[in-house]
Amino acid sequence: MSTNILEVSGLKTYYKTRLKEKVFAVDGVDFELEEGKTLGIAGESGCGKSTLALSLMGFYFPPLHYGSGSIRISGSDIMKLSKEQLRSKVSGREIAYIPQAAMNALNPTLRIIRFIEDIMKEHRPELSKKQVWELAAERFKTLNLPEKVLRSYPNELSGGMKQRTVIAISTILNPKVLIADEPTSALDVTSQKAVIKLLKDLLDKKYIRSLVFITHELPLLYHVTDEIMVMYAGEIVERGAAEQMIFDPVHPYTKKLMGSILVPEEGMKGQKLAAIPGAPPNLKQVPPGCRFAERCSYAQGECKTGKVPIRANGSNRYRCLFDTETLKEWYANEQS
Amino acid sequence: MNNRDLLIRGRSLTKVFGYGSRKTTAVDAVDFDFHKGEIISIVGESGSGKTTLAKMVMGLLKESSGTIEYKGQPRRLKSHADRKRYWKDIQAIFQDPFSSFNLFYRVEKLLLDCIKLQGLKLSKEERYRKMREACSFVNLKFEELHNKYPFELSGGQMQRLMIARIFMLHPKVLIADEPTSMVDACSRSTILDMLLKLRDENGMTIIFITHDVGLAYYVSDTIYIMEKGKIVESGPAEDMILNPQHSYTRQLINDVPKINSNWDLGS
Repeated sequence: MSTNILEVSGLKTYYKTRLKEKVFAVDGVDFELEEGKTLGIAGESGCGKSTLALSLMGFYFPPLHYGSGSIRISGSDIMKLSKEQLRSKVSGREIAYIPQAAMNALNPTLRIIRFIEDIMKEHRPELSKKQVWELAAERFKTLNLPEKVLRSYPNELSGGMKQRTVIAISTILNPKVLIADEPTSALDVTSQKAVIKLLKDLLDKKYIRSLVFITHELPLLYHVTDEIMVMYAGEIVERGAAEQMIFDPVHPYTKKLMGSILVPEEGMKGQKLAAIPGAPPNLKQVPPGCRFAERCSYAQGECKTGKVPIRANGSNRYRCLFDTETLKEWYANEQS
Repeated sequence: MNNRDLLIRGRSLTKVFGYGSRKTTAVDAVDFDFHKGEIISIVGESGSGKTTLAKMVMGLLKESSGTIEYKGQPRRLKSHADRKRYWKDIQAIFQDPFSSFNLFYRVEKLLLDCIKLQGLKLSKEERYRKMREACSFVNLKFEELHNKYPFELSGGQMQRLMIARIFMLHPKVLIADEPTSMVDACSRSTILDMLLKLRDENGMTIIFITHDVGLAYYVSDTIYIMEKGKIVESGPAEDMILNPQHSYTRQLINDVPKINSNWDLGS
């Protein structure tokens, strides 16, 4: 039996607006991640993907606040720890987080090695500067990054190299889980591939055990992750094995999302891409029924009011009023 | 095809930045023929000179050597009147939609400016009809937006508003410099479909710059592949993607994750 490395249940986190309203960007999310597995999170912009990633770290800075629910890393609830304990015990060691555009956050006046020394000063104070250098050089070598990067300033590196450096720095303490929030979105395809290769290397060499990968590039998720979770308006609408999610999605939203995939393969040209009309709902006033109902082309009257159950299709879980057969029939009719 | 009208032709176009030992050749003796009513993609890595080439075509950068012909005549940008005439025909949308709007203007004013730019004298109803038409072209609701400032819109909405402005100005040539790199996959397909619509309904020539061959393949008629300032391969989209000849083209195609075949990550 493999053990769950990350367990999240009923997590709700919200942003407080200036008018003291609560906007739940993550609204009751449950999932668990097995050791050695990778999980992809997909969805449109503004669906709460990044907020979920931020919430998983256990740090809450206003306007983001913790609502309810639990986050367990290897069985221990991190919401019960104090901020100080979180910082020294959990972040970096248990769980590491690479925020969006992390590569632009490097202080331009410091050499790369200084960032690593900084981490080590907190977490492994017994190491001398020379030992830190050796450790860092060794790690960079195994990840196919040139050693001279350590001596460089951030502005001397290209975007792709900076991103890879950031990933190497944040995993230097061998965290159990790495959360990568859109690590490739500002890069061109060639650097993107290098970053993906680095993440795979980290997993293969067991520097990290599990990976949570957030992106809206579905073909990427298909190649990197074992499971894909699709978020919409703060909720998980479908979750399942990557293969099944790409080729055989059930939820109408996932279906549309998968229809917007663009790959340079035969038959792509002239094919109609799926576009979803409208925008995700305003989370200040969440619609009562299914949150996707307003934009869903299959929506019926009851979708907008009724409570939406979570249904199963094999190992897939999805959130819809209708069962798999009904939905599949509709898709088939639409195609013909 | 013989019935393709040549619109822009470049011959041994070169752009050199810097002097002496710091000289870098961003675009190196590039030849191209852009035909009317086509979508032309320029694909390459970052730093391969795609944007520099586009800026030269647009007339924002002066070429170091080489010539550009527009409608069969050598392009003249000497006088103010020349430039004004040329820029009436050629427009651009950029990567970052946030930087292309005046942040102090409401959407209504931004769109109204397009009408003013064309020097049209229209009645109030006419103006609003035009703005509504442009908004519905890009699936935006004018009534919901007209009173908002640019920062209140999402990235996808802004990029679509940008296209609405293009629709109102109806230039002959549109240069789209990575218009989809800052938006998510859904908005991306909407934007690409709009570019196709602009080509089909308005006969616009679109120069589409991207690093993703997948997008280029979907949207374009002709693809030019650039590597380090040189065009290494060019041709109709179908041939280029399904039967690439140059090793760099193959590498670019290989770098894009696919779903029906394995993705070789290399060693």
